[in-house]
Amino acid sequence: MTGVTETGRMLRIQVLRFNPQSRRSRPHVQSFTLQETEGMTLFIALNEIRETQDPSLQFDFVCRAGICGSCGMLINGRPGLACRTLTINLDADIVLAPLPVFELIADLSVNTGKWMRAMSERLETWVHRGTEADLSRLEERMEPELAEQLYELDRCIECGCCVGACGTARMRDDFIGAVGLNKIARFRLDPRDDRDDAAYYQVVGDDDGVFGCMTLLACQDVCPKRLPLQTQIAYLRRRMLVRGARRSS
Amino acid sequence: MKVVYTDVLVVGGGLAGLRTAIGVSNRGLDVIVLSLVPAKRSHSAAAQGGMQASLANSIKGAGDNEDMHFTDTVRGSDWGADQTVVRMFVNTAPKAVRELAAWGVPWNRVQRGSREVVINGRKVTVTERDAAHGLITARDFGGTHKWRTCFVSDTTGHAMLYAMSDQSIARSIPVHERIEAMALIHDGGRCLGVVARNLVTGRLIAYVARATAIASGGFGRIYRVSTNAVINEGLGAAIALETGIAALGNMEAVQFHPTGIFPAGILVTEGCRGDGGLLRDAHGHRFMPDYEPEKQELASRDVVSRRMEEHIRRGQGVKSRYGDHLWLDITILGRAHIEKNLREVQDICRNFLDIDPAEEMIPVRPAQHYSMGGIRTDYTGQSRTLKGLFACGEAACWDLHGFNRLGGNSVAETVVSGMLVGEYIGDFCASADGDVNISSGLVREFWQREERRIAGLLKGNGTENPFDLLRSMQDLMTEKVGIFRNGATLESAVDELQQLYRRSGNLRVRARAWGANPELTAAYRVRRMLKLALCVACGALARTESRGAHFREDCLQRNDRDWLRRTLATWAGDDHDRPTLNYEELDVTGMELPPGWRGYGAKDYIEHPGAAQRLEQIERIVAARPAADRRDLQAAVMPYEHLVPARYRGGNERLAEAAAQ
Repeated sequence: MTGVTETGRMLRIQVLRFNPQSRRSRPHVQSFTLQETEGMTLFIALNEIRETQDPSLQFDFVCRAGICGSCGMLINGRPGLACRTLTINLDADIVLAPLPVFELIADLSVNTGKWMRAMSERLETWVHRGTEADLSRLEERMEPELAEQLYELDRCIECGCCVGACGTARMRDDFIGAVGLNKIARFRLDPRDDRDDAAYYQVVGDDDGVFGCMTLLACQDVCPKRLPLQTQIAYLRRRMLVRGARRSS
Repeated sequence: MKVVYTDVLVVGGGLAGLRTAIGVSNRGLDVIVLSLVPAKRSHSAAAQGGMQASLANSIKGAGDNEDMHFTDTVRGSDWGADQTVVRMFVNTAPKAVRELAAWGVPWNRVQRGSREVVINGRKVTVTERDAAHGLITARDFGGTHKWRTCFVSDTTGHAMLYAMSDQSIARSIPVHERIEAMALIHDGGRCLGVVARNLVTGRLIAYVARATAIASGGFGRIYRVSTNAVINEGLGAAIALETGIAALGNMEAVQFHPTGIFPAGILVTEGCRGDGGLLRDAHGHRFMPDYEPEKQELASRDVVSRRMEEHIRRGQGVKSRYGDHLWLDITILGRAHIEKNLREVQDICRNFLDIDPAEEMIPVRPAQHYSMGGIRTDYTGQSRTLKGLFACGEAACWDLHGFNRLGGNSVAETVVSGMLVGEYIGDFCASADGDVNISSGLVREFWQREERRIAGLLKGNGTENPFDLLRSMQDLMTEKVGIFRNGATLESAVDELQQLYRRSGNLRVRARAWGANPELTAAYRVRRMLKLALCVACGALARTESRGAHFREDCLQRNDRDWLRRTLATWAGDDHDRPTLNYEELDVTGMELPPGWRGYGAKDYIEHPGAAQRLEQIERIVAARPAADRRDLQAAVMPYEHLVPARYRGGNERLAEAAAQ
């Protein structure tokens, strides 16, 4: 890990900066120049800037391995995970900005945690079960294939990229986004959850839910986990339409 | 001064902390969780390969039970573990997996019929039983006699943490995010909560609680090369140490994972080798069988990491501009398997190395991975010296892992310890011990001390750059307190750490904001991290033997005669520049499995004088009970069940037993 090799390229990283905590702070773009090194990610670049150029620069990283979803930001205007973005795949001029929609903490740090918790509370994103399992007995069986399908939808890391890319979320404050709709699809598929479509209709059967989606598809394009978000939303919308029609007839 | 009152305060929103919070919430207590980050971003999410529990559903796990899990864990620990804790753990682990299943974790399931798997480099057909179809399956991991590691592809920790966090939300458990515990409030014998700092506003808050549980994870970031998340700075353990009363146990027991991707140190799971992946050198040669003919790539982690470094020292590593590395070869597993069960690994390789592991080998080298040491507690998770302070998960040393943790035992421990410690805290709060008399003056004193400390940094005129000190410490730890250790190098490490520690009293903070201020944060943390680093280095220097992950080139033998003891580190005060070390003997006369040969290398260790006697005693106990079943025998040798919270007592049903009924 010693002996870092320079690539010979100078990077110019422009960061949209603003600290709402400070009365003197105004939104502005600050430009940093640094030598690119081999294998450099935005995680490495931003930390180097903070350590050697501006100790007040704020951003969020936790796992730095593309797993925890902390570092969603706009990278040249497109939502993505900074930690796993190699600078070599970008032009030497890089523009970074915080994800929109979420409450800004400062600079590149946004409060996805608060947004996601509110979404979870509203949609009740947990298995609803009337009976308590007897932990000393054999577990309930599940078809292996179903477990894998659940895993597929369970891979969401709540990074907020889909919300940051969503046209509806920019217009409707309470839109639950692809992240929320994917969760409903996940619990709907889970036989351990007792809720039926009527219950799901209650939470997603309106314009802040599944009918707010304008099918612009950006959520799926930017999802770092490549979740099949549009398929899930389309399916959920059909199910909710059926449910809604039954209700009104 | 803002003061928040609650029954129970949990520091850390990962699996251990959340499960503890759920436990005490179920007991009707008020609980608040403090977390540096949103709970679902905790490092628990990074656990990939799986969680050990002896369900015995898969045919390769058939015949498994708590006894085998117990033996593997104790041997794996090189006899450093507390065997009572190990017993409690192995019996609760199946219940933990089943609870998580009920909470929605999509555990991979047994598929009836035949499939091809790779074992020891060869393709083998495995046929699963019809009766097991749809039950939770398991994969192979290192140091285990059975396939025991339950998994969700290779994002097990993520699936577990999300289910757990959602359960905490279902119970309306408040998680105060971006809050850092800065100091434990205590009166010299009783912990009363913490002074915390809001990382967004910079405001200090006093949280006063009847019981405080630290579940803040490990301290991997005192090393330069670590698989750990950037938040794993050991801060929970550090504030316990700073009380001068609570002790840290076995801090020198640090695990290095064989397969960190090179050079970034990002983890690729042990599941790669469990599923049949091989380690190769510069010549493409599979070298592990040369060193460990019996277990090969699936020896215990400490053994594999050492062998890899040994092989590199012999000049067999792959040269690169960043140094030498070895190869992890999973191409043999086939694309279909990788894209189903090792998908995250593939993602990581693509994103960080720009390679497809289905076609190319992965460059790897051991990297710091896990802290076996931590806040020393008894089996209930409570500090023995500071009442009302509890700890669980990686932050704690109740001592499940001794000197080496088995893969798959850490996520299992997080949940199991949360289940058990949550109940013990419930009992504690229901008893007179849980009552507190709180002096607001005492709370103010602690609050003001932290305020002064921060003001001192912001207004001071020091000269040292905290980021420089941090980097120097990390380099030093990786170079001198790593896999191979010896007295001379450790002495120089301690010297240099002490110099850094002294320099950390003269820090310069350029950014002067009281609120969110990453430089200020780095400044007050680096001094705490240096204290932890000194505990590790001093403990390693004093321990003149090799045990588990602690390997001394100048003291190669495990020495049970002199070192069957746990290191206890305390810190007398800020003016001291090294910890005070004391030792706690492990009681051989009470062990279910007295120290013996671990199963790797030569049978070369210095015996404990009481070991043979205890072994004879156990043989007599067993011989006197010819009709007893395994549970009765176990209870006769080392009774533990009376210590377990009532709701988690009793055995675990398995397929064969269910069929027999």
